[in-house]
Amino acid sequence: MLTGALVASAAAIVGCFLVLRRMAMMSDAISHAILPGLVLGYFLAHGPNLFAGFLGASVAAVITVALVEGLQNTRRVAEQSAIGLVFPAMFALGTFLISRYFANVHLDTDAVLYGHIEFAAQDLLFLGNLNLGPQALWVMGFLLVMNLAFVIVLYKELKVATFDPGLAAAMGFSPVLLHYLLMAVVSITAVGAFTAVGAVLTVALMIVPAAAAYLLTDRLATTLGLAVAIGVLSAVAGYGIAVPLDASIAGAMVTVSGFAFALAVLFSPSHGVVARAVRLRRQRMAYAAETLAVHLLGHEGTAQAETESAIAHLGEGLRWSPALAQRVQRWAIRAGFVEQSRERLVLTERGRDVALRALERGA
Amino acid sequence: MSGLLRDLVFDYTLRNVALGSALLGIVSGVLGCFAVLRRQGLLGDALSHAALPGICVAFLLAGSRETWVLMLGAGISGWLGTLALLAIVRHTRIHEDSALAVVLSVFFGLGILLLTYVAKRNDANQAGLDRYLFGQAATLVTENVVTMAVLGLAALACVALLFKEFKLLAFDPEFAATLGLNAPRLNLLLNVLTLVAIVIGLQAVGVILMVSLLVGPAVAARQWTNRLSVMLFIAALVGALAGVAGALLSVSQARLPTGPMVILSLTVLVALSLLFAPARGIVWDRLRRWSA
Repeated sequence: MLTGALVASAAAIVGCFLVLRRMAMMSDAISHAILPGLVLGYFLAHGPNLFAGFLGASVAAVITVALVEGLQNTRRVAEQSAIGLVFPAMFALGTFLISRYFANVHLDTDAVLYGHIEFAAQDLLFLGNLNLGPQALWVMGFLLVMNLAFVIVLYKELKVATFDPGLAAAMGFSPVLLHYLLMAVVSITAVGAFTAVGAVLTVALMIVPAAAAYLLTDRLATTLGLAVAIGVLSAVAGYGIAVPLDASIAGAMVTVSGFAFALAVLFSPSHGVVARAVRLRRQRMAYAAETLAVHLLGHEGTAQAETESAIAHLGEGLRWSPALAQRVQRWAIRAGFVEQSRERLVLTERGRDVALRALERGA
Repeated sequence: MSGLLRDLVFDYTLRNVALGSALLGIVSGVLGCFAVLRRQGLLGDALSHAALPGICVAFLLAGSRETWVLMLGAGISGWLGTLALLAIVRHTRIHEDSALAVVLSVFFGLGILLLTYVAKRNDANQAGLDRYLFGQAATLVTENVVTMAVLGLAALACVALLFKEFKLLAFDPEFAATLGLNAPRLNLLLNVLTLVAIVIGLQAVGVILMVSLLVGPAVAARQWTNRLSVMLFIAALVGALAGVAGALLSVSQARLPTGPMVILSLTVLVALSLLFAPARGIVWDRLRRWSA
């Protein structure tokens, strides 16, 4: 479970930048495309040697990024298509290698898809005779520290380059270099996440918490913090769900994070669907109440004042449906624009002010 | 070689496999063209991954492994995936790429959760659901091929009927809208047709690599021609070729899953097209520049 939380945090950090830079699908490409590298690394090391795996996978990741950009630069293939061409080819190569040549080297097609976080506790790391605990824990811990260091050291640079690449270039540091650094960090993180949760779910760990966090705040630092929090929560809750069901932990982690994303979409205070609907309604009401005030002001002291301000007549004069007129009237009374005196509405001081200001704006 | 050809015609399994994969290649090749031209190459990736939970739910509810039941489940959950994608892009500030990644991975995660849950229930009937991940064309029987053919022909007929409209939509959506075409509805229809292609392909290629079968033939065909109608034909041809070649490679070696073999054959065809196609080939381009 700790492994899951660590890998989720590490992935969420880099994921934020991918979401902000509109490169989310690169995580999809990289996480699939490292497979042949991983396989060859294991093969050359005669076993599931982590270091060899990392090396092979990183090489494969670099090749993938270079191929995607190379294809785009030929101007014959659009970005999405380039991604859609390269990663299935790499992934197919990987599964081909596995099933053809090394069906027994600790890697089967299931592990590629589900990861083997379940067994994370069993591979122990020894230094001499000293038992240092589960190997995966160390790897994921290292990844988290690396990503944290990357973001903290280059925080300002990343921020500028993400939101305004032109400014970044003008300020004298290369967005291109930063881009490749980020890709390298994404690749290394992807390898770690891949061994824990498999190819497709790596994408989920990187992007879903980051996308949810992006809906909750406008500040980069807060986005990063929230993404990590959502990632860790999903890891813990996913573990809790998967164990009693005896199902895939990785699958459960992702399902929970998807649920968190849905909640963010609906109920985020700033960008959520519900919040926006409420805000829209409020604006509509405020505008309608203002219109009502202007209407009353316009007829004040004229011959029709009596009829135009009658509550029963309001809807007709403004061409509102009776229901709407009633809602607006209640809203306007609560806002202190008008007062009810018997069957008529009377402008308050405040309402007069609002109406006059609205007229000035219109003029 | 002649032995293989004879088997292709007379051997029951091999004939089904080859027919099925060819059909699949044709349908996804044609529909992939529109996806690629509209620069939505990765839509197919999200949709095919989104189909996985539907397969599991269909199995859990119906308790059967009937192909059409699972196809229906896949279609419905793929459809839900499309709606989720559109809703996220329209109602939030999440960009398309992140929305794709979210839909793809969350649906797939749910699918894996269900798949492992089903697998642990010790139900002898469940064996083989996981073939939908990587595809196993060797399991195609005549009945499957007939289902695929009916669905595929229906999809192709739609394309033929609405060719003009789809063409406009692919190249100039604004103009299409000014002509009074209902662009959103046509878009949706294209997505549904793409979904049909995906559903057809699941058993043979699997959810993970399906996107390649949509994008690959289209990109290859684009290099050979500037006309849409010709492009559709070439894409269908490339798709069919890759499908048959991959399926045969996979069947001839018992342990190879079909999906990866189809994709590898396809990748070779795409690479050749990019390098050597008459007008747009990269090699000719380099040669011209070098000699100039």
